[in-house]
Amino acid sequence: MSLINIFSDYTLRTVALGSALLGAMSGVIGTYAVLRKQSLVGDAVSHAALPGIGIAFLLTGSKNIEWLLLGAFISGWLSIYIVNIIIKHSRVKYDSALGMMLSVFFGLGLVILTYIQKIPDSNQAGLEGFLFGQASTLLKRDVIVMSIVGGAIIIIVALLWKEFKLLSFDPEFCQVSGFPKEKLDLILTTLIVIAIVTGLQTVGVVLMSAMIIAPAVAARQWTDKLSVMVILSSVFGGLSGVIGTIISSSTRNLPTGPVIVVIISAISIISLFIAPGRGIIWRRMRDKKNKKRLNRNIILNNIYNLSTEGNGTQGYSLEDLSISKGDFNFPINTLEKELENLETLDLVKVKDKKWYITEKGINEIEDFRGGLGE
Amino acid sequence: MEYAVAVNDLTVAYHKKPVLWDIDLEIPSGVLMAIVGPNGAGKSTLIKTMLNMIKPVTGETRFWGEVYEKQRKNIGYVPQRGSVDWDFPTNVLDVVTMGTYGELGWFKRPGKKEKEIAIRALEKVDMLPFADRQISQLSGGQQQRVFLARALVQNADIYFMDEPFQGVDAKTERAIISLLRELRSIGKTVVVVHHDLQTVEEYFDWVTLLNKVIIASGPVEKVFNEENLMKAYKSKVDKLFS
Repeated sequence: MSLINIFSDYTLRTVALGSALLGAMSGVIGTYAVLRKQSLVGDAVSHAALPGIGIAFLLTGSKNIEWLLLGAFISGWLSIYIVNIIIKHSRVKYDSALGMMLSVFFGLGLVILTYIQKIPDSNQAGLEGFLFGQASTLLKRDVIVMSIVGGAIIIIVALLWKEFKLLSFDPEFCQVSGFPKEKLDLILTTLIVIAIVTGLQTVGVVLMSAMIIAPAVAARQWTDKLSVMVILSSVFGGLSGVIGTIISSSTRNLPTGPVIVVIISAISIISLFIAPGRGIIWRRMRDKKNKKRLNRNIILNNIYNLSTEGNGTQGYSLEDLSISKGDFNFPINTLEKELENLETLDLVKVKDKKWYITEKGINEIEDFRGGLGE
Repeated sequence: MEYAVAVNDLTVAYHKKPVLWDIDLEIPSGVLMAIVGPNGAGKSTLIKTMLNMIKPVTGETRFWGEVYEKQRKNIGYVPQRGSVDWDFPTNVLDVVTMGTYGELGWFKRPGKKEKEIAIRALEKVDMLPFADRQISQLSGGQQQRVFLARALVQNADIYFMDEPFQGVDAKTERAIISLLRELRSIGKTVVVVHHDLQTVEEYFDWVTLLNKVIIASGPVEKVFNEENLMKAYKSKVDKLFS
């Protein structure tokens, strides 16, 4: 299938649009989860949604998606509520409590699903699709619901922009500024649960947390501004939704949800490596540069120390410099190379095989030492 | 004497273990007060409880005779520098502007007026050239100045500061103390959780010695003596050897 089919194939268009919306909204809300160091919340909530789906089916006997997602919402939300009770009343740490809820709820969900499968004559086929998602079952109606939910999330985030920012950066100051931490936390958590539940049909309970975390992690690499991060994160999420849909539809037997997750993960991994400023490659280069400068300054510092101990006009041979100050000894040839580098920078000069520190070199090293004191 | 803060019968417990016991404390208006005590004495807990962030088991705190909610806008707060993630995607000016959020109330966004207030506060702490700087690129002393500027923006009558001198360079320490004195000189009350016993007499005029209970509280020259210090720090020593 080619790119043009996206616009002509009705089902594909619906799925692509739905996945894009899902990626975009989880990108927005995931930004806050990541910045608040609550990435694991998404994981716990999505796994915890499974028993809700099963119970909703048992109670209603129908596979009506609204009922199933309502069940998912309730059990996802309940898991976070229980986590909060646990950390409030025990010494169990936040991440342990989340991990515990994740496995307890997910286990319960699997038990219920297995039970349902054993009920004779029940119209149960398809429930296990919630494990890894079944994007192809998205209907126009689902996409409309997703747009409404996504729109609502964006409006709430825009309205509570400064409140959410303050809560994420400095919850204590948020509290004393008159914005109750618990209330804002409740709203934000509810939004996360809503975004996750909306995505269950497409991506499934197992992989949904990636849609919350990965776009935000990728976006953080490229910007130092919260507003840009939120937008970028939602663009990354939306983009991977569309790309994932196209790739999976162009090849037989490639499931859409997992492909979307692979795409967004690839975007984050690439971002972690190449983003300017924060990327691993960039950092390596900067470290190398710093190390080079440090090496030079150690040598410069050596000449400076020797000169100030003496009368200031003395020059030093390579041998003098290599044996002085035992902490950082350079092999003679490295030392000579570095000294030549320093000479091209006018920081030292050489005369009759003796090295002297220049005025500029003295300034440089005194600046450097001053910087260390700060 | 007029009291800015009156704490009455305050007891705080974490997991049923008391961390503050039966605290009665009065802070006169216009003092520069240090709260000192050993690690784990409950210094931070005390100010957080006063500011309604921690619920006490019993007791209450009054500000000029009124409950916290009534006086919230007159109360400024500087949290510990280490309590936030300085890698958060924002810049210096933005953090300082956060000091105006409380006054703005729900939903309203800071505008030009708020930015100007923030800029003036940055000027006061000598950080204006850093207004556009990413907060991740600040030194410890600079971070502390940013937090102080944010508190100045709150334009409060009383300030609570949690270890503002922790891990700052000597220059910043001098800048902070002269700022605190300036605040006192215009009639503000400043309460500082403090660690360094050496500087108490030089910096402060009022002191509270705390170790789960109030050991002593009053003018520095009256209560900051060896006997009280022994009492405040000794129980810790005893526990170590028991």
